[in-house]
Amino acid sequence: MMSAINLIYLVAAVLFILGLRGLTHPRTAVRGNLLGACGMLLAIVVTLTHHNIVSFEIIIIGILIGAVIGALLATKIEMTSMPELVALFNGFGGIASVLVAGAALIESTIRTSAAVPGNAGIHGPLMQITVATAASGLIGAVTFWGSLVAFGKLKGLISDNAVLFSGQQVLNAILALLALGLGVSVVMDPTNILAYWSLVLVASILGILLTIPVGGADMPVVVALLNSYSGLAAAATGFVLSNNVLIITGSLVGASGLILTQIMCKGMNRSLTNVLFGVLAPAAGSATADEVYTGRVKSALPEEVALLFDAARRVVIVPGYGMAVSQAQQPLANLASVLTERGVEVEYAVHPVAGRMPGHMNVLLAEADVPYEALKDMDDINPYIDQMDVALIIGANDVVNPLARTDPSSPIAGMPIIDVDKAKTVVIIKRSLSPGFAGIPNPLFAADNSLMLFGDGKKMVLDILAALKDT
Amino acid sequence: MDALIAGITIFVLSIFVGFEIITKIPPTLHTPLMSGSNAISGITLVGAILSAGAQHTLVTATLGGVAVVFATINVVGGFMVTNRMLEMFKKKPSS
Repeated sequence: MMSAINLIYLVAAVLFILGLRGLTHPRTAVRGNLLGACGMLLAIVVTLTHHNIVSFEIIIIGILIGAVIGALLATKIEMTSMPELVALFNGFGGIASVLVAGAALIESTIRTSAAVPGNAGIHGPLMQITVATAASGLIGAVTFWGSLVAFGKLKGLISDNAVLFSGQQVLNAILALLALGLGVSVVMDPTNILAYWSLVLVASILGILLTIPVGGADMPVVVALLNSYSGLAAAATGFVLSNNVLIITGSLVGASGLILTQIMCKGMNRSLTNVLFGVLAPAAGSATADEVYTGRVKSALPEEVALLFDAARRVVIVPGYGMAVSQAQQPLANLASVLTERGVEVEYAVHPVAGRMPGHMNVLLAEADVPYEALKDMDDINPYIDQMDVALIIGANDVVNPLARTDPSSPIAGMPIIDVDKAKTVVIIKRSLSPGFAGIPNPLFAADNSLMLFGDGKKMVLDILAALKDT
Repeated sequence: MDALIAGITIFVLSIFVGFEIITKIPPTLHTPLMSGSNAISGITLVGAILSAGAQHTLVTATLGGVAVVFATINVVGGFMVTNRMLEMFKKKPSS
Protein backbone atom coordinates (compact mmCIF):
# COMPACT_ATOMS: atom_id res chain seq x y z
CA MET A 1 0.00 0.00 0.00
CA MET A 2 2.80 2.41 0.92
CA SER A 3 4.56 1.75 -2.38
CA ALA A 4 1.32 2.43 -4.28
CA ILE A 5 0.99 5.77 -2.48
CA ASN A 6 4.60 6.62 -3.27
CA LEU A 7 4.06 5.78 -6.95
CA ILE A 8 1.10 8.15 -7.10
CA TYR A 9 3.27 10.81 -5.42
CA LEU A 10 5.75 10.32 -8.25
CA VAL A 11 2.95 10.95 -10.77
CA ALA A 12 2.05 14.12 -8.87
CA ALA A 13 5.68 15.30 -8.97
CA VAL A 14 5.82 14.67 -12.73
CA LEU A 15 2.61 16.69 -13.16
CA PHE A 16 4.17 19.58 -11.19
CA ILE A 17 7.21 19.55 -13.48
CA LEU A 18 5.03 19.43 -16.62
CA GLY A 19 2.92 22.22 -15.14
CA LEU A 20 5.97 24.44 -14.65
CA ARG A 21 7.09 23.64 -18.17
CA GLY A 22 3.71 24.84 -19.42
CA LEU A 23 4.58 28.28 -18.02
CA THR A 24 7.26 28.71 -20.68
CA HIS A 25 4.61 30.15 -23.02
CA PRO A 26 1.31 31.98 -22.37
CA ARG A 27 -0.49 29.64 -24.79
CA THR A 28 0.32 26.56 -22.72
CA ALA A 29 0.42 28.27 -19.31
CA VAL A 30 -3.24 27.87 -18.33
CA ARG A 31 -3.10 24.17 -19.12
CA GLY A 32 0.18 23.88 -17.22
CA ASN A 33 -1.37 25.40 -14.14
CA LEU A 34 -4.28 22.95 -14.39
CA LEU A 35 -1.85 20.04 -14.68
CA GLY A 36 -0.20 21.21 -11.46
CA ALA A 37 -3.58 21.45 -9.75
CA CYS A 38 -4.44 17.90 -10.90
CA GLY A 39 -1.15 16.67 -9.47
CA MET A 40 -1.98 18.31 -6.16
CA LEU A 41 -5.48 16.82 -6.06
CA LEU A 42 -4.04 13.39 -6.78
CA ALA A 43 -1.44 13.74 -3.99
CA ILE A 44 -4.08 14.86 -1.49
CA VAL A 45 -6.60 12.14 -2.34
CA VAL A 46 -4.03 9.37 -2.16
CA THR A 47 -2.74 10.68 1.18
CA LEU A 48 -6.24 10.37 2.60
CA THR A 49 -6.07 6.60 1.97
CA HIS A 50 -3.02 6.26 4.27
CA HIS A 51 -3.57 3.59 6.92
CA ASN A 52 -2.31 5.83 9.74
CA ILE A 53 -5.28 8.16 9.40
CA VAL A 54 -7.85 7.32 12.04
CA SER A 55 -10.10 10.35 11.83
CA PHE A 56 -11.03 12.75 9.06
CA GLU A 57 -12.78 15.47 11.08
CA ILE A 58 -9.81 17.80 11.60
CA ILE A 59 -8.62 17.24 8.05
CA ILE A 60 -11.97 18.11 6.48
CA ILE A 61 -12.55 21.15 8.68
CA GLY A 62 -9.01 22.38 8.02
CA ILE A 63 -9.30 21.94 4.28
CA LEU A 64 -12.69 23.69 4.21
CA ILE A 65 -11.43 26.70 6.17
CA GLY A 66 -8.25 26.90 4.08
CA ALA A 67 -10.10 26.51 0.78
CA VAL A 68 -12.60 29.28 1.60
CA ILE A 69 -9.85 31.71 2.70
CA GLY A 70 -7.68 30.80 -0.29
CA ALA A 71 -10.52 31.18 -2.79
CA LEU A 72 -11.56 34.54 -1.31
CA LEU A 73 -7.99 35.86 -1.42
CA ALA A 74 -7.49 34.65 -4.99
CA THR A 75 -10.70 36.17 -6.37
CA LYS A 76 -10.79 39.44 -4.40
CA ILE A 77 -7.16 40.52 -4.73
CA GLU A 78 -6.37 43.52 -6.95
CA MET A 79 -3.60 42.87 -9.44
CA THR A 80 -1.66 45.84 -8.03
CA SER A 81 -1.61 43.99 -4.67
CA MET A 82 -0.21 40.78 -6.14
CA PRO A 83 3.17 41.20 -4.36
CA GLU A 84 1.42 41.32 -0.97
CA LEU A 85 -0.49 38.14 -1.73
CA VAL A 86 2.60 36.26 -2.87
CA ALA A 87 4.47 37.46 0.24
CA LEU A 88 1.62 36.14 2.38
CA PHE A 89 1.57 32.79 0.56
CA ASN A 90 5.35 32.46 1.01
CA GLY A 91 4.83 32.95 4.72
CA PHE A 92 2.02 30.40 4.94
CA GLY A 93 4.23 27.84 3.22
CA GLY A 94 6.91 28.53 5.81
CA ILE A 95 4.65 28.22 8.86
CA ALA A 96 3.06 25.03 7.51
CA SER A 97 6.55 23.49 7.32
CA VAL A 98 7.33 24.59 10.91
CA LEU A 99 4.12 23.01 12.23
CA VAL A 100 4.42 19.77 10.25
CA ALA A 101 8.07 19.28 11.25
CA GLY A 102 7.17 20.01 14.90
CA ALA A 103 4.33 17.48 14.86
CA ALA A 104 6.57 14.89 13.18
CA LEU A 105 9.26 15.38 15.83
CA ILE A 106 6.78 14.75 18.63
CA GLU A 107 5.34 11.72 16.83
CA SER A 108 8.73 10.15 16.20
CA THR A 109 9.91 10.63 19.77
CA ILE A 110 6.74 8.90 20.98
CA ARG A 111 7.14 6.08 18.46
CA THR A 112 10.74 5.39 19.39
CA SER A 113 10.64 6.13 23.10
CA ALA A 114 11.76 3.37 25.45
CA ALA A 115 8.48 3.63 27.34
CA VAL A 116 6.63 1.97 24.47
CA PRO A 117 6.91 -1.86 24.73
CA GLY A 118 9.16 -3.32 22.07
CA ASN A 119 11.05 -0.12 21.55
CA ALA A 120 13.73 -0.77 24.17
CA GLY A 121 17.17 -0.05 22.86
CA ILE A 122 16.16 2.48 20.21
CA HIS A 123 16.99 5.95 21.36
CA GLY A 124 14.99 8.58 19.57
CA PRO A 125 14.51 9.21 15.87
CA LEU A 126 17.34 8.94 13.36
CA MET A 127 19.80 11.80 13.29
CA GLN A 128 19.08 12.70 9.66
CA ILE A 129 15.45 13.27 10.59
CA THR A 130 16.27 15.53 13.51
CA VAL A 131 18.71 17.55 11.41
CA ALA A 132 15.99 18.02 8.80
CA THR A 133 13.51 18.95 11.53
CA ALA A 134 15.79 21.65 12.85
CA ALA A 135 16.35 22.96 9.31
CA SER A 136 12.63 22.97 8.63
CA GLY A 137 11.88 24.87 11.84
CA LEU A 138 14.65 27.39 11.21
CA ILE A 139 13.94 28.12 7.53
CA GLY A 140 10.19 27.93 7.98
CA ALA A 141 10.08 30.42 10.86
CA VAL A 142 12.45 32.86 9.12
CA THR A 143 10.22 32.61 6.02
CA PHE A 144 6.99 33.15 7.93
CA TRP A 145 8.04 36.23 9.89
CA GLY A 146 10.17 37.61 7.08
CA SER A 147 7.18 37.35 4.77
CA LEU A 148 4.88 39.02 7.26
CA VAL A 149 7.30 41.97 7.49
CA ALA A 150 7.52 42.08 3.67
CA PHE A 151 3.71 41.99 3.51
CA GLY A 152 3.48 44.85 6.02
CA LYS A 153 5.98 46.94 4.10
CA LEU A 154 4.30 46.36 0.74
CA LYS A 155 0.89 47.11 2.22
CA GLY A 156 2.21 50.23 3.93
CA LEU A 157 1.36 48.93 7.41
CA ILE A 158 4.95 49.41 8.51
CA SER A 159 7.49 51.93 7.22
CA ASP A 160 8.83 50.75 3.92
CA ASN A 161 12.04 52.66 4.55
CA ALA A 162 15.11 50.75 5.51
CA VAL A 163 14.98 50.43 9.30
CA LEU A 164 18.54 50.42 10.57
CA PHE A 165 19.94 50.61 14.08
CA SER A 166 23.45 50.28 15.42
CA GLY A 167 24.53 46.80 16.39
CA GLN A 168 21.98 45.24 14.06
CA GLN A 169 24.50 42.95 12.35
CA VAL A 170 25.96 41.89 15.70
CA LEU A 171 22.49 41.10 17.06
CA ASN A 172 21.67 39.10 13.92
CA ALA A 173 24.93 37.17 14.24
CA ILE A 174 24.21 36.35 17.90
CA LEU A 175 20.68 35.20 17.05
CA ALA A 176 21.96 33.08 14.16
CA LEU A 177 24.51 31.42 16.48
CA LEU A 178 21.82 30.89 19.11
CA ALA A 179 19.55 29.30 16.49
CA LEU A 180 22.42 27.07 15.39
CA GLY A 181 23.08 26.03 19.00
CA LEU A 182 19.41 25.23 19.56
CA GLY A 183 19.44 23.27 16.29
CA VAL A 184 22.32 21.17 17.59
CA SER A 185 20.51 20.54 20.86
CA VAL A 186 17.41 19.38 18.91
CA VAL A 187 19.65 16.89 17.12
CA MET A 188 21.38 15.78 20.33
CA ASP A 189 18.20 15.27 22.31
CA PRO A 190 15.11 15.05 20.07
CA THR A 191 12.89 14.28 23.08
CA ASN A 192 13.46 17.84 24.27
CA ILE A 193 10.61 19.38 22.28
CA LEU A 194 11.15 22.70 24.06
CA ALA A 195 14.48 23.09 22.23
CA TYR A 196 12.62 22.88 18.90
CA TRP A 197 10.11 25.57 19.82
CA SER A 198 12.89 27.77 21.20
CA LEU A 199 14.63 27.36 17.85
CA VAL A 200 11.43 28.44 16.11
CA LEU A 201 11.15 31.46 18.42
CA VAL A 202 14.73 32.61 17.79
CA ALA A 203 14.32 32.03 14.04
CA SER A 204 11.14 34.12 14.12
CA ILE A 205 12.98 37.10 15.63
CA LEU A 206 15.76 36.57 13.11
CA GLY A 207 13.23 36.55 10.26
CA ILE A 208 11.86 39.93 11.37
CA LEU A 209 15.29 41.49 11.91
CA LEU A 210 16.61 40.29 8.56
CA THR A 211 13.72 41.80 6.60
CA ILE A 212 13.12 45.05 8.46
CA PRO A 213 16.30 46.78 7.18
CA VAL A 214 15.39 46.22 3.52
CA GLY A 215 13.95 49.26 1.75
CA GLY A 216 10.63 49.24 -0.10
CA ALA A 217 12.15 49.40 -3.57
CA ASP A 218 14.20 46.27 -2.82
CA MET A 219 11.11 44.28 -1.86
CA PRO A 220 11.01 42.39 -5.21
CA VAL A 221 14.32 40.77 -4.29
CA VAL A 222 13.16 39.87 -0.79
CA VAL A 223 9.84 38.44 -1.98
CA ALA A 224 11.68 36.29 -4.55
CA LEU A 225 14.18 35.15 -1.91
CA LEU A 226 11.44 34.26 0.59
CA ASN A 227 9.73 32.35 -2.23
CA SER A 228 12.89 30.30 -2.48
CA TYR A 229 13.04 29.80 1.32
CA SER A 230 9.46 28.54 1.45
CA GLY A 231 10.46 25.90 -1.10
CA LEU A 232 13.55 24.92 0.86
CA ALA A 233 11.47 24.63 4.04
CA ALA A 234 9.11 22.26 2.22
CA ALA A 235 12.09 20.22 0.99
CA ALA A 236 13.46 20.01 4.55
CA THR A 237 10.04 18.81 5.71
CA GLY A 238 10.29 16.21 2.95
CA PHE A 239 13.47 14.88 4.58
CA VAL A 240 11.72 14.85 7.98
CA LEU A 241 8.88 12.71 6.61
CA SER A 242 11.09 10.78 4.15
CA ASN A 243 8.60 11.93 1.52
CA ASN A 244 10.03 12.32 -1.98
CA VAL A 245 7.22 14.43 -3.46
CA LEU A 246 7.92 17.09 -0.83
CA ILE A 247 11.64 16.98 -1.56
CA ILE A 248 11.11 17.27 -5.33
CA THR A 249 8.53 20.04 -5.13
CA GLY A 250 10.43 21.96 -2.47
CA SER A 251 13.63 21.95 -4.49
CA LEU A 252 11.78 23.04 -7.67
CA VAL A 253 10.33 26.01 -5.80
CA GLY A 254 13.66 26.69 -4.11
CA ALA A 255 15.41 26.77 -7.50
CA SER A 256 12.69 28.99 -8.97
CA GLY A 257 12.95 31.56 -6.19
CA LEU A 258 16.73 31.60 -6.43
CA ILE A 259 16.67 32.25 -10.18
CA LEU A 260 14.18 35.10 -9.75
CA THR A 261 16.29 36.58 -6.94
CA GLN A 262 19.31 36.48 -9.21
CA ILE A 263 17.42 38.13 -12.09
CA MET A 264 16.20 40.92 -9.78
CA CYS A 265 19.71 41.56 -8.43
CA LYS A 266 21.11 41.66 -11.96
CA GLY A 267 18.36 44.11 -12.96
CA MET A 268 19.64 46.48 -10.26
CA ASN A 269 23.32 45.61 -10.74
CA ARG A 270 23.64 44.88 -7.02
CA SER A 271 24.75 41.82 -5.14
CA LEU A 272 22.31 39.99 -2.90
CA THR A 273 24.35 40.87 0.21
CA ASN A 274 24.21 44.53 -0.80
CA VAL A 275 20.42 44.39 -1.13
CA LEU A 276 19.97 42.58 2.19
CA PHE A 277 22.48 44.45 4.34
CA GLY A 278 23.56 47.56 2.48
CA VAL A 279 21.96 50.87 1.72
CA LEU A 280 22.56 52.76 -1.51
CA ALA A 281 25.46 55.15 -0.97
CA PRO A 282 24.41 58.78 -1.42
CA ALA A 283 25.76 60.22 -4.64
CA ALA A 284 28.82 62.11 -3.49
CA GLY A 285 30.48 64.47 -5.90
CA SER A 286 28.01 64.01 -8.73
CA ALA A 287 25.97 66.80 -10.25
CA THR A 288 23.14 68.29 -8.22
CA ALA A 289 19.60 68.51 -9.53
CA ASP A 290 19.96 72.26 -10.22
CA GLU A 291 23.10 71.79 -12.29
CA VAL A 292 21.46 69.11 -14.38
CA TYR A 293 18.04 70.64 -14.87
CA THR A 294 18.25 74.46 -14.77
CA GLY A 295 17.38 76.04 -18.09
CA ARG A 296 17.42 72.74 -19.94
CA VAL A 297 14.12 71.05 -19.10
CA LYS A 298 11.43 71.57 -21.74
CA SER A 299 7.89 71.13 -20.61
CA ALA A 300 5.14 70.22 -23.09
CA LEU A 301 1.35 70.18 -23.27
CA PRO A 302 -0.75 67.07 -23.97
CA GLU A 303 -1.79 68.59 -27.33
CA GLU A 304 1.83 68.84 -28.47
CA VAL A 305 2.48 65.25 -27.45
CA ALA A 306 -0.61 64.16 -29.38
CA LEU A 307 0.80 65.82 -32.50
CA LEU A 308 4.05 63.93 -31.98
CA PHE A 309 2.19 60.64 -31.77
CA ASP A 310 0.15 61.55 -34.83
CA ALA A 311 3.31 61.90 -36.89
CA ALA A 312 5.08 58.83 -35.45
CA ARG A 313 5.40 55.44 -37.06
CA ARG A 314 6.94 53.54 -34.16
CA VAL A 315 6.30 54.19 -30.47
CA VAL A 316 7.71 52.51 -27.39
CA ILE A 317 6.03 52.84 -23.99
CA VAL A 318 8.14 52.39 -20.84
CA PRO A 319 5.93 51.87 -17.78
CA GLY A 320 7.20 52.14 -14.21
CA TYR A 321 5.60 51.60 -10.84
CA GLY A 322 4.29 55.19 -10.98
CA MET A 323 1.93 54.05 -13.74
CA ALA A 324 0.36 51.53 -11.38
CA VAL A 325 0.15 54.10 -8.57
CA SER A 326 -1.90 56.47 -10.71
CA GLN A 327 -3.90 53.54 -12.20
CA ALA A 328 -3.00 54.68 -15.72
CA GLN A 329 -2.71 51.21 -17.28
CA GLN A 330 -6.19 51.13 -18.84
CA PRO A 331 -6.04 54.62 -20.43
CA LEU A 332 -2.53 53.78 -21.58
CA ALA A 333 -3.74 50.60 -23.27
CA ASN A 334 -6.55 52.61 -24.91
CA LEU A 335 -4.03 55.15 -26.17
CA ALA A 336 -1.92 52.33 -27.59
CA SER A 337 -4.87 50.75 -29.40
CA VAL A 338 -5.94 54.11 -30.88
CA LEU A 339 -2.39 54.52 -32.19
CA THR A 340 -2.35 50.95 -33.50
CA GLU A 341 -5.59 51.58 -35.39
CA ARG A 342 -3.87 54.54 -37.08
CA GLY A 343 -1.08 52.29 -38.27
CA VAL A 344 1.48 53.16 -35.58
CA GLU A 345 3.53 50.26 -34.28
CA VAL A 346 3.33 50.33 -30.46
CA GLU A 347 5.50 48.25 -28.15
CA TYR A 348 6.01 48.20 -24.39
CA ALA A 349 9.50 47.95 -22.91
CA VAL A 350 9.45 46.37 -19.46
CA HIS A 351 12.48 46.61 -17.17
CA PRO A 352 13.15 43.52 -14.99
CA VAL A 353 12.69 45.51 -11.77
CA ALA A 354 9.72 47.62 -12.87
CA GLY A 355 6.91 47.03 -10.41
CA ARG A 356 6.98 45.51 -6.96
CA MET A 357 7.78 41.91 -7.88
CA PRO A 358 9.21 39.97 -10.83
CA GLY A 359 6.87 40.29 -13.84
CA HIS A 360 4.43 42.53 -11.94
CA MET A 361 4.24 45.21 -14.66
CA ASN A 362 3.39 42.60 -17.30
CA VAL A 363 0.45 41.34 -15.23
CA LEU A 364 -0.88 44.88 -14.77
CA LEU A 365 -0.67 45.52 -18.52
CA ALA A 366 -2.19 42.14 -19.37
CA GLU A 367 -5.12 43.03 -17.11
CA ALA A 368 -5.62 46.14 -19.27
CA ASP A 369 -5.84 43.85 -22.34
CA VAL A 370 -2.40 44.70 -23.69
CA PRO A 371 -1.58 41.81 -26.07
CA TYR A 372 1.26 39.58 -24.89
CA GLU A 373 3.17 40.09 -28.16
CA ALA A 374 3.50 43.84 -27.49
CA LEU A 375 5.31 43.29 -24.15
CA LYS A 376 9.06 43.33 -24.75
CA ASP A 377 11.91 42.61 -22.34
CA MET A 378 14.62 45.19 -21.92
CA ASP A 379 17.25 43.04 -23.68
CA ASP A 380 14.98 42.42 -26.67
CA ILE A 381 14.02 46.03 -27.32
CA ASN A 382 17.29 47.88 -26.57
CA PRO A 383 19.02 46.89 -29.86
CA TYR A 384 16.40 48.65 -31.99
CA ILE A 385 15.23 51.43 -29.70
CA ASP A 386 17.04 54.00 -31.93
CA GLN A 387 14.39 53.28 -34.58
CA MET A 388 11.64 54.58 -32.31
CA ASP A 389 10.04 57.92 -33.22
CA VAL A 390 8.61 58.48 -29.75
CA ALA A 391 9.47 56.88 -26.40
CA LEU A 392 6.81 57.49 -23.77
CA ILE A 393 8.06 57.10 -20.17
CA ILE A 394 5.34 56.91 -17.57
CA GLY A 395 6.11 56.60 -13.88
CA ALA A 396 9.66 55.33 -14.40
CA ASN A 397 12.89 57.10 -13.48
CA ASP A 398 16.05 55.23 -12.45
CA VAL A 399 15.53 52.44 -15.02
CA VAL A 400 15.85 54.98 -17.87
CA ASN A 401 18.68 57.07 -16.35
CA PRO A 402 21.55 57.22 -18.88
CA LEU A 403 23.99 57.95 -16.00
CA ALA A 404 24.03 54.18 -15.44
CA ARG A 405 25.84 53.93 -18.77
CA THR A 406 27.94 57.09 -18.72
CA ASP A 407 28.96 57.93 -15.14
CA PRO A 408 31.08 55.25 -13.44
CA SER A 409 30.88 57.10 -10.11
CA SER A 410 27.07 57.12 -10.06
CA PRO A 411 25.34 54.88 -7.48
CA ILE A 412 23.49 53.19 -10.35
CA ALA A 413 26.61 52.78 -12.53
CA GLY A 414 26.44 49.57 -14.52
CA MET A 415 22.75 49.00 -13.85
CA PRO A 416 21.08 47.78 -17.06
CA ILE A 417 18.68 50.45 -18.32
CA ILE A 418 16.24 50.86 -21.17
CA ASP A 419 18.10 53.10 -23.64
CA VAL A 420 15.18 55.45 -24.34
CA ASP A 421 17.54 58.39 -24.79
CA LYS A 422 18.39 56.91 -28.20
CA ALA A 423 14.83 57.34 -29.47
CA LYS A 424 14.11 60.37 -31.70
CA THR A 425 11.86 62.05 -29.14
CA VAL A 426 11.38 61.13 -25.49
CA VAL A 427 8.21 62.13 -23.66
CA ILE A 428 8.27 61.75 -19.88
CA ILE A 429 5.04 61.85 -17.90
CA LYS A 430 5.94 62.71 -14.30
CA ARG A 431 4.53 64.76 -11.46
CA SER A 432 7.77 66.67 -10.83
CA LEU A 433 11.51 66.43 -11.25
CA SER A 434 11.85 64.59 -7.93
CA PRO A 435 14.44 61.79 -7.96
CA GLY A 436 13.67 58.07 -7.96
CA PHE A 437 14.80 55.50 -5.42
CA ALA A 438 18.48 56.05 -6.22
CA GLY A 439 18.11 59.71 -5.18
CA ILE A 440 20.00 61.15 -8.11
CA PRO A 441 18.96 63.58 -10.87
CA ASN A 442 18.20 62.13 -14.30
CA PRO A 443 19.93 63.92 -17.23
CA LEU A 444 17.38 62.31 -19.54
CA PHE A 445 14.82 64.90 -18.37
CA ALA A 446 17.14 67.69 -19.56
CA ALA A 447 18.22 66.06 -22.83
CA ASP A 448 17.71 67.93 -26.13
CA ASN A 449 15.28 65.30 -27.45
CA SER A 450 13.22 65.11 -24.22
CA LEU A 451 9.88 66.69 -23.39
CA MET A 452 8.43 66.69 -19.88
CA LEU A 453 4.70 66.33 -19.44
CA PHE A 454 4.17 67.32 -15.82
CA GLY A 455 1.09 65.90 -14.10
CA ASP A 456 -0.75 62.81 -12.89
CA GLY A 457 -0.09 59.82 -15.15
CA LYS A 458 -3.70 58.83 -15.71
CA LYS A 459 -4.92 62.38 -16.35
CA MET A 460 -2.09 63.14 -18.77
CA VAL A 461 -2.71 59.97 -20.81
CA LEU A 462 -6.43 60.78 -20.97
CA ASP A 463 -5.59 64.33 -22.11
CA ILE A 464 -3.30 63.03 -24.86
CA LEU A 465 -6.02 60.61 -25.91
CA ALA A 466 -8.62 63.39 -26.09
CA ALA A 467 -6.27 65.64 -28.07
CA LEU A 468 -5.43 62.78 -30.41
CA LYS A 469 -9.08 62.17 -31.20
CA ASP A 470 -9.47 65.84 -32.20
CA THR A 471 -6.67 65.68 -34.75
CA MET B 1 21.64 5.95 5.64
CA ASP B 2 20.66 4.70 2.17
CA ALA B 3 17.34 6.51 2.44
CA LEU B 4 19.17 9.74 3.26
CA ILE B 5 21.47 9.38 0.23
CA ALA B 6 18.46 8.66 -1.97
CA GLY B 7 16.74 11.77 -0.60
CA ILE B 8 19.78 13.96 -1.22
CA THR B 9 20.08 12.53 -4.75
CA ILE B 10 16.48 13.44 -5.49
CA PHE B 11 16.97 16.90 -3.94
CA VAL B 12 20.03 17.73 -6.04
CA LEU B 13 18.59 16.35 -9.30
CA SER B 14 15.31 18.24 -8.76
CA ILE B 15 17.18 21.51 -8.29
CA PHE B 16 18.84 20.94 -11.66
CA VAL B 17 15.49 20.15 -13.30
CA GLY B 18 14.12 23.32 -11.70
CA PHE B 19 16.97 25.45 -13.02
CA GLU B 20 16.57 24.00 -16.53
CA ILE B 21 12.84 24.65 -16.73
CA ILE B 22 12.62 27.94 -14.90
CA THR B 23 15.35 29.70 -16.89
CA LYS B 24 13.13 29.06 -19.96
CA ILE B 25 10.13 30.85 -18.47
CA PRO B 26 9.81 34.35 -20.01
CA PRO B 27 10.06 37.34 -17.58
CA THR B 28 6.52 38.30 -18.58
CA LEU B 29 5.22 35.24 -16.75
CA HIS B 30 7.37 35.58 -13.62
CA THR B 31 4.54 36.75 -11.37
CA PRO B 32 2.32 33.75 -12.27
CA LEU B 33 5.42 31.59 -11.78
CA MET B 34 5.76 32.84 -8.22
CA SER B 35 2.11 32.37 -7.31
CA GLY B 36 2.12 29.00 -9.07
CA SER B 37 5.16 27.87 -7.12
CA ASN B 38 3.40 29.04 -3.96
CA ALA B 39 0.60 26.69 -4.90
CA ILE B 40 2.78 23.64 -5.45
CA SER B 41 4.87 24.32 -2.34
CA GLY B 42 1.56 23.82 -0.53
CA ILE B 43 2.42 20.13 -1.01
CA THR B 44 3.35 20.30 2.71
CA LEU B 45 -0.40 19.70 3.01
CA VAL B 46 0.36 16.01 2.52
CA GLY B 47 2.41 15.95 5.72
CA ALA B 48 -0.12 18.11 7.53
CA ILE B 49 -2.96 15.71 6.63
CA LEU B 50 -1.01 12.76 8.05
CA SER B 51 -0.38 14.52 11.38
CA ALA B 52 -3.94 15.81 11.62
CA GLY B 53 -5.42 12.42 10.77
CA ALA B 54 -3.12 10.08 12.69
CA GLN B 55 -3.86 11.91 15.95
CA HIS B 56 -1.02 10.43 18.00
CA THR B 57 -1.56 13.14 20.60
CA LEU B 58 -3.80 16.15 20.91
CA VAL B 59 -0.80 18.40 20.31
CA THR B 60 0.25 16.75 17.04
CA ALA B 61 -3.34 16.66 15.79
CA THR B 62 -3.71 20.38 16.53
CA LEU B 63 -0.39 21.27 14.89
CA GLY B 64 -1.38 19.17 11.88
CA GLY B 65 -4.82 20.77 11.72
CA VAL B 66 -3.47 24.32 11.75
CA ALA B 67 -0.88 23.31 9.12
CA VAL B 68 -3.71 21.89 6.98
CA VAL B 69 -5.41 25.30 7.01
CA PHE B 70 -2.25 27.23 6.01
CA ALA B 71 -1.19 24.74 3.34
CA THR B 72 -4.70 24.61 1.85
CA ILE B 73 -4.79 28.41 1.60
CA ASN B 74 -1.57 28.15 -0.41
CA VAL B 75 -2.84 25.36 -2.64
CA VAL B 76 -6.32 26.71 -3.38
CA GLY B 77 -5.39 30.40 -3.40
CA GLY B 78 -2.19 29.79 -5.36
CA PHE B 79 -3.71 27.78 -8.18
CA MET B 80 -6.79 30.02 -8.44
CA VAL B 81 -4.94 33.33 -8.56
CA THR B 82 -2.40 31.91 -11.03
CA ASN B 83 -5.23 30.79 -13.26
CA ARG B 84 -6.82 34.23 -13.01
CA MET B 85 -3.61 35.91 -14.14
CA LEU B 86 -2.86 33.44 -16.92
CA GLU B 87 -6.35 33.86 -18.39
CA MET B 88 -5.55 37.57 -18.78
CA PHE B 89 -2.46 36.74 -20.81
CA LYS B 90 -4.41 34.34 -22.99
CA LYS B 91 -7.07 36.92 -23.90
CA LYS B 92 -6.94 37.90 -27.54
CA PRO B 93 -6.44 41.59 -28.40
CA SER B 94 -9.84 43.14 -29.08
CA SER B 95 -8.95 44.85 -32.33
